[in-house]
Amino acid sequence: MKFQRVLALTKKEMKKTVREPAVLFMIFLFPIVFVFAFGASFGSVGDGQPAYSIGVVNMDQSISVNASHILLNALTDTNILNVQTYVDNQTAQNDLSQGSIQGVIIIPADFSQSFASYQAAPNNPDMWTNATVSLYLDKGSLVATQAVPPIIQQVLSALAGPNQQAVASPFSLETASLVEVNAPSMFDFMAPGMFTFASIFLIMIVAQSFTEDRDNGMMKRIRITPTTPTEFMTSQVLSYMVIALVQAILVFVMVYFMGFQPEVGISVYAFAFVLVLLFSLSNVGFGLLTATIAKSSGAATGLSFLFVLPQMFLGTFVGSSLSSAAQVVGRIVPSYYVTDALTSLFLRGAAITSPAVLLDTVAVSVSCIAILAVGIILYGKYYKI
Amino acid sequence: MTESAIVTENLVKKFEDVTAVDGISLQVKKGELVGLLGPNGAGKSTAINILCGLTKPTSGSAKVGGYDVQRETAKVKALIGVCPQETAIYPYLTGAENIELFGNLHAMNKEPLRKRRDMLLENMGLTGDAKRRTAKYSGGMKRRLSLILALIHDPQIAFLDEPTVALDPQSRRAVWDFIKELKKESKTIILTTHYMEEAEELCDRVGIIDHGKLIALGSPEALISKRKVKNLEEVFIALTGRKIREEV
Repeated sequence: MKFQRVLALTKKEMKKTVREPAVLFMIFLFPIVFVFAFGASFGSVGDGQPAYSIGVVNMDQSISVNASHILLNALTDTNILNVQTYVDNQTAQNDLSQGSIQGVIIIPADFSQSFASYQAAPNNPDMWTNATVSLYLDKGSLVATQAVPPIIQQVLSALAGPNQQAVASPFSLETASLVEVNAPSMFDFMAPGMFTFASIFLIMIVAQSFTEDRDNGMMKRIRITPTTPTEFMTSQVLSYMVIALVQAILVFVMVYFMGFQPEVGISVYAFAFVLVLLFSLSNVGFGLLTATIAKSSGAATGLSFLFVLPQMFLGTFVGSSLSSAAQVVGRIVPSYYVTDALTSLFLRGAAITSPAVLLDTVAVSVSCIAILAVGIILYGKYYKI
Repeated sequence: MTESAIVTENLVKKFEDVTAVDGISLQVKKGELVGLLGPNGAGKSTAINILCGLTKPTSGSAKVGGYDVQRETAKVKALIGVCPQETAIYPYLTGAENIELFGNLHAMNKEPLRKRRDMLLENMGLTGDAKRRTAKYSGGMKRRLSLILALIHDPQIAFLDEPTVALDPQSRRAVWDFIKELKKESKTIILTTHYMEEAEELCDRVGIIDHGKLIALGSPEALISKRKVKNLEEVFIALTGRKIREEV
């Protein structure tokens, strides 16, 4: 492989990106405009009543009146919460950081004592032993952070029973966040998906570029030179990875100034960009698949949405308010795993080496390389490179 | 390189039920300029595509520079320069950038590339426009640039597929002069055209192709005198019973 050829073709592709207004808009401006538009109009809580998995760490070991069991039963009876009990807080926090559960409730040691004191003198708050139930939430889930606290609060209030005074009860709920974010907002929940979203429109650009070069004879002209298919494809993949990196940087800068400033180390940011680069491979692959199907550049534009829309709606911030069923279906697209990994890293505070992030990274790597390989093979089969 | 720069034997190319090239056998000597003359759809471009290694023949064999075009395609590609029928240039690059790109694809060193680029731009009258993006070039300028791209690496064998089609007389004359210069440099050239005067002006030998068959081959003078006619146009009429441009 001659690097001179790869470099020349890569430079050519970069010049095209910068000089063609339509390409420039689609690659750089469109993701930013789209992110702004969605940021302003979406982000509402999802539909219906999805089930939330909640971990419970019961510190209350009282034998005489075990109110914590009553609380556990009440939580289960809501039919909204899937309750899992944990023997210690650390294990529960680990699962929370991996996104396996959406919240952790810590029932304090004095909970039964508090309950008994209330039962003994429901109308005399001075006699109550106050207890604080701690609630940790998955900061990577907008829906969970908004929906779970009121449910828990309602259950605690109901526990006080019909004798409860207007608003008073000995049980208070304290929420705690895993990762501190300076100004929690809709963007905090959407930002990981925005990074993923940025490069999805590469599918369209790749498809258009290949069909155009095929239509106007440039592909044939390059084939007449000693350039090998490997050199050509390497240059294309390199070009689009550079573009994806620039897109991710632009989106990152944008959301940073809009308030998304997670307190994570530089290694997490670097890893996030590696994930985005890996993800760009699948977009090149989908672009090649589109170019294989499409007979013309115009057709390629339309057909590219066959791949753009699932990647966008099932795997990025755009689909954050879709039904839980749709989110399960989302697991078929690579963008889902990129967004999930970025959410774990930025919002749940998970380490790069944590199982959830590693699993997502493996899924992204394998699926993206496979899609790229299939794209190259099929395009090469029907249209010589 | 062998004495014969290009040799084809009973070359056939079929596209489903259409036979685009039908048993063409041809020998082109080193330094010779052979014109393939025929109406659109006669099979000229398909024959060139086979010789470039772009299209696989249905049967028959072809050697370019002594190399089999199917088995030794990489060696063939290093020897040849091809100006395709369509004006294939990148519109978002300048003329100079297009040339440099193709020089790099032929792995040329920087300095020889720069010198040859400047020389070719000068010869084709494009020096003043070299730094303009080609999207703003006229049709004639684009065709001339396309010819430069084919020849930037100074190939021994050039395939020029209708290089003057749709050119204004001035541009056509410039291209003819350039092709004559190549001939002086002993380049082997295959030129397809449906312009009779172009074939008469430039070619050592002319092969007339119709419906994929090579129906006549010889020097323009020999073809004309053999049929006792005034020009190649009348040769074509005598051979096929129709005018070459009717089907254009």
